[in-house]
Amino acid sequence: MLVDTLDVTPARFHADTGWEIKPEGACRGDVCVPLPDGFSLLAAADRLGMAVVEEPAHGLWAVGPESLTGRALVSAEAPELELSDLDGRPWRLSSLRGQKVVLVAWAPY
Amino acid sequence: MEIVTVSLELSGPEASREFIEAARPEHPSLLDPTHRMDALFGVVNIPNVIWIDERGMIVRPPEPGWPGAAAYPESLAERMAERARLAAEAREAAIARGETPPMDLMTQLGSGQVRDGYADALRDWAGRGADSPYALTPDEVLAASQPRPPAVSAAAAHFELANHLWRAGHREAAIRHFNACHRLQPDNWTYKRQAWSLVGNERVGGEMGRLSQAPLPGEEADWPFESNFDADVARLAPGRYYPKTM
Repeated sequence: MLVDTLDVTPARFHADTGWEIKPEGACRGDVCVPLPDGFSLLAAADRLGMAVVEEPAHGLWAVGPESLTGRALVSAEAPELELSDLDGRPWRLSSLRGQKVVLVAWAPY
Repeated sequence: MEIVTVSLELSGPEASREFIEAARPEHPSLLDPTHRMDALFGVVNIPNVIWIDERGMIVRPPEPGWPGAAAYPESLAERMAERARLAAEAREAAIARGETPPMDLMTQLGSGQVRDGYADALRDWAGRGADSPYALTPDEVLAASQPRPPAVSAAAAHFELANHLWRAGHREAAIRHFNACHRLQPDNWTYKRQAWSLVGNERVGGEMGRLSQAPLPGEEADWPFESNFDADVARLAPGRYYPKTM
């Protein structure tokens, strides 16, 4: 998550990290992590083990993914993945629910 | 079963287009310029493959996987054969000097995950679903996913900054964040290969440009990264580049 202010809304946090802010805390899949009252990016990042790295010369902060369990996956429920194809057409992993999916990462390097 | 391919490349669609169009895929073929696959799933190298069942549950986390035995385009195969010959000479010379020989790329790529059996395992799961011995339980999936200490979260944050700054033309700042990223998660090869290939491609160009991931002879002092593909592979124990998970 890349931001030019630390004052971000819960909706933006959800869109960029996949963690939805609910009354019971920050939730993704079947996992909810309690948060202090009143959403703040830094408090949520702290509870979820998300690194916050500042690039002052360009007025940017990057927020890394959660590390709270010590593993890359906190739930076996696949996170939503939104990407586009060569022609810019959007695609969502959840559109393939009901089928087995084999997701292959490659690169031209 | 649906296959979905995802290209982890920040340079824009053109860098991936020729490969995708040559493959003429009938499955979704997508671009991931910010490496969401790393942050969301724990992808750390390419190729990495993830299995997801009909209910949207991951049954195998990212791991090295192939459709069959290694097959390379002719131009690349020739270059790899030449590389293997040079590596064999270097190995013999090191042994003759009484030194421990460095790990060479072909030995490294031939160890670890077994290529030939991977597609058979995939077919077994395609046919038998949860009854396949290759389908893991949710707890096994979490435990088999990549380690994610806070340093790895920080590596991803540095990568996101580097990626953005490089595309915005802030080269020095980008390289600073790439180097920080690589120090924090040295076993993430997509973060490293992505960065090295940007500079390699500038210097070499052509079809081999993005596969040039180390300084050219005589240009070592001008290499902006603290690591490079050749040096990092040479330091690895056998089987560590594509670790065996199956």
